[in-house]
Parts: sequence; C-alpha cells; structure tokens
Amino acid sequence: MDRTLSPAATLARALAAPTSTATLAGGDWTALLAVARAELLIGTLAHRLHGVAVPAAVAAILADARTAAVEQRRAALWEAEMVRRALAPLGCPVVLLKGTAYAAAGLAAGAGRSIGDCDILVPRAALPAVEAALLGAGWEWVKPDPYDDAYYRRWMHELPPLIHRARDRMVDVHHTILPLTARPTPDADALLADAVDLGSGVAVLSPEDMVVHAAAHLFADGDLAGGLRNLWDLRCLLDEADPAALGARAARHGLSREVARARRLVPAIYDGGRAAGTDALYVRRLLARDGWGRATRPATRLAFYVRSHGLRMPPAMLARHLWIKWRRPGSRA
Amino acid sequence: MRHATAIRVGPVTFRVGSAWPAPVAALADLYRDYPPPGDVPDFTVRLEPPRPWRRVFRPQVAIAGDFTLPEAVPLPLAHGLLAAEMGMNLQMALGHRRHLLLHASSVERDGAALLMTGESGAGKSTLSALLAARGWRFMGDEFALVAPDTGLVHPFPRPVSLKNESVAAVAWAGARFGPVLAGTPKGTIRHLVPDAAALVAMDRPVPPRLLVFPRFGHAAAVRPVAPAEAFVRLTEASTNYVALGEAGFRALTGLVQAVPAVAVDYPDGAGGIAAVEALWTAR
Repeated sequence: MDRTLSPAATLARALAAPTSTATLAGGDWTALLAVARAELLIGTLAHRLHGVAVPAAVAAILADARTAAVEQRRAALWEAEMVRRALAPLGCPVVLLKGTAYAAAGLAAGAGRSIGDCDILVPRAALPAVEAALLGAGWEWVKPDPYDDAYYRRWMHELPPLIHRARDRMVDVHHTILPLTARPTPDADALLADAVDLGSGVAVLSPEDMVVHAAAHLFADGDLAGGLRNLWDLRCLLDEADPAALGARAARHGLSREVARARRLVPAIYDGGRAAGTDALYVRRLLARDGWGRATRPATRLAFYVRSHGLRMPPAMLARHLWIKWRRPGSRA
Repeated sequence: MRHATAIRVGPVTFRVGSAWPAPVAALADLYRDYPPPGDVPDFTVRLEPPRPWRRVFRPQVAIAGDFTLPEAVPLPLAHGLLAAEMGMNLQMALGHRRHLLLHASSVERDGAALLMTGESGAGKSTLSALLAARGWRFMGDEFALVAPDTGLVHPFPRPVSLKNESVAAVAWAGARFGPVLAGTPKGTIRHLVPDAAALVAMDRPVPPRLLVFPRFGHAAAVRPVAPAEAFVRLTEASTNYVALGEAGFRALTGLVQAVPAVAVDYPDGAGGIAAVEALWTAR
C-alpha cells in the first residue's frame, strides 16, 4: 500500500477506488476497518467492496456489515412509513431528509449507509399539528428540559427530538435546514415547493437541494463530527445534481460558499486532489482518526468545535447559552 | 496503541489495545492456551484513560472500541483484566451479526449442546463449569452463538467468570485461574480457564438438544416450557435478536421448535447437576 496514506485517507481511497485495496496487508485492513466503523462508513465500505477480492476474514466482516445495513435500511424505511401514517390525516407535505431520504429514493448515497434518526421537513405553519399528531401516535419528548425545549422552539430549525416509546426510534421534525441563528437563511418554502414526490405519500428534496442541505449540514452547522460520511454523501449527491442548476440553487439559499467548499473537498478527500488554504484545515479535521479508530488532532477538533458555536449564534447569545448550560451539572454545551 | 494483543475465542478474533502494560499482560496470560488468532480481528477493544491525567494519577480504565456505551463507568486499573473482558462482551453484544447471540451458557455431550439461560444469579455460569468438571465439553458461559443458516451452536469458550462464593465451589484437577479481582461492581471475580478439551474443540459447532432455564436457590422443581414461552424468554436473553431482523426470527423460532425447553429450580450445585443430567439422559 501507499505508506504515505493515513488509515483515514486509505478508507477514503478504498471508498472511491475499491480495487485500490488489492495492495493492503493484514494490518492495513485492521486499521481500515477500525476507521470505517468509527466513521460509520463500514456499511458503505462493504457495499463498495462487494465483488472485490479481499482476504477471507475481511470478507466475513464486510458480509456482516452488509447484512446489518440491509436491516438498518429496512428499519429506517419502516420508521418513515410509521411517520407517514401518523401525519397522513394532516394532509401536509412530508419531506424525508438525509439517510432515510437517500434510502427511500434509491440513491447511491444510501447504499450501505448507516441511518440513525428519521429526519423530516414539514411547513413551519404545520409544526403544531405535526407535533400533536406525533405525540398522539406514541412519540414522546427525549429531553424534557424547559431551557432546551424553549431554545429549540425559539432558535432551532427543528423541534426537540421525539422518540417512539415502543420502537425506540427518534424523529427530528425540521421546518428548515439551518438553525434560525445561523447567518445564511435558506428558502424553506422553495425546498418544499420543489420537493420530489416518491409516490408513496412522502417526498424527498430535489437533487440540487439535497446537495445544498448536505453542504449546509456539514459546513454551516456542527463541528464536522461524522464529516467523512457526510462528505461521501456529497460525492454521491453531486453526481446526481445538475451543476448549472446547483449554482443557482445554492445562491438562492445563501449557501454558495458551502456548496463550493463541498465541490473542492470531495476531490481533495476522495479523488487524490489537493487542498489549498482553509480547505487544508478541513482535510486535516476530516481525516483526524488513527488506525485504532481513535479521534486524533485534539487542537484541530477543538477549533472546529468552537467554530460550530460561532456559526450557530452571535457572541452575546452564545455567552448566555453557555452560561446556562455550564451552570447545569453533567451537561456539555 | 502502546500495548496490544490479539485473542481468538471460537469464531471471533479480538484486538485489545491498552494504554498500560498490565491489562494486556494479564489477558495474554489468561488466554495463553488458546489457539492462535486470525490475522484480521473482527473487533477492536481499547482500554484507555477517560481523561489524559488518569493514565498516571489514580489510573482509570475506560472501555472503548468499535462499539461503545456512552454511560459505561471506568474501572480502576487494578480491574484492567475485567475491563478487557467487558470490552470484548460489549463488542459481541452490540456488533456481532454472524450468529444469533443468546445470553446463555452451553456444554456439549454426545455431539449435542445443552443451553442454559437465565438472569444474572440463576447459576448458568456455575452450572456450566460444574458440568465441565464432570466431563461435559465446556462451550461457553456468557454467549451461545446460534448460526441462522444451520441452527448449529458455535462454541464461544471464554474463561468462566466466577463470582463470589462460586469461586470456591468450582474446580477440577489442574484447573487454571486468573487473578482474584476483589471489589468489582459485581463483587469478587475470578476467571477459570476452560480445560484443554474445550479449547481444542472451540471451532466445532454442534446441534442443540436441550434448553434449560435454571434457577438457583429454590426447592427442586422441573417444569416443561412451551415453545412460545421459550421464544419470548430468549428474545429477552438475546442482544442482537432485533438487529438481525428476519434472520434472527428464523433462528430463534427454529431453535424453540427443534429443542425441548425445561425450567429447572435447584437448591444447590449438586441438585442442579443431578436434575440437568437426568433430563439429558431422558432425552
């Protein structure tokens, strides 16, 4: 194998160019699998390497990962169907987001992907009715904390998370794709208006809006945790979006910078390209994982963690938020 | 990581890395008679300080790895071996998909397996070790691995984790024990290494023949358990039944339909052995 590649970079190359794994030795595989598990990319890797010759022990591990991904997909689509049934009487559009959407629409980004919560987008005006319908159908609040609850409702792009009491699965109800405190203000009405109906009573975002959402989620919200997986989503989604339409769409949502960054970082991470300027910092953060699956580069991670709070809210508001959170024992802002 | 070893138990190879030498040395010694590991481990376990200074100052071992539980409480370094064992259990419970995983002990005689399952304290570990001392082949005291396609039970003969008074109750000629781990969250723990026959045969699966739900410390009683009840109790005893989806359902319904199930209350070890061996002979 190319000794200059870190285990995380080896994973990126294995995903993009599966036959590149032909030169890996036993220890390289061990590191690759540990990083893939830590980044929640083991199912995607297993899908990409299906049919590629690998050592027997690796084949067995990847076969398990494929089986697990099939079951995860089944459970995620079932959960989406449960949400659809709960909301059907309201007659409002229900747009699936992220992993559930990729799986439901049969996109390449969904192949083998791990899927956690069920994320949906509904019109903001429908939120009270949606909330009531879900509570009436067996979902309940995860964090019954007055400050968190008020914070979500006033400043976030989603309701506080709800969990189903029998199936133990979470649903995140969004009314837009970035917190209201973030600087860009995406056009939520346009997201809903151009959503693509799947014919099953639910819809997904248009191909271009999917890219915009994934880029906003990765670069304008959060600390890049799980970023390697999100960037893999973007690599797949960019293939299905119309480049010209994408530029206009990103501009409309105020997310041109984020989409441009995605277009530069996808080749830099996955296709042997180079990263210049601040992109190099992102690469450093996205590949901060060692062959034992441990998080590395604590200073870089901290910098992006601090940045995520700066993105989410203005300084005075952030100070108040952190003050309230820190006074509460056992919690991290 | 600075200190590392690899261990294979039945079909599963673990890589265990540690920030300290002691847990890895204890582990390597406990498993020294096991067949060699595979070259690519199925799971990684990491024993690391929860905070950097906990490596040297009142050292604590946090259990990490491919699969972790956020609420897991760190253990003192003196219990590093227990942390490693718990770390391996955790990988199996959360990550293993190749077999239906039953929280059960298993022993083999006449080419077939006896499965014993029950809540902690029911005596499944102790009974399996007592039966092993009487010539049964020990297959595992923690997890029984049922292959969904064949229905065979695969051995997973980890060292027997004996707790408190069980430590003194179980042994056989030449039995080898790990260090005494006193004051753990589960009391005093000592590991008993399975005998050579168990380790030599750890790659040989066998079909199940009898399923027992033992209950220690009760007046002797034997009651047949209907397949439906056995099924429900085993769904609760399985860590991956839900995650396996349809394959888990098929494996479990196949098991309870193929194998009779019996609830056995027993007052003491001798009574338990007598009851179980009588049931086995009657089959």
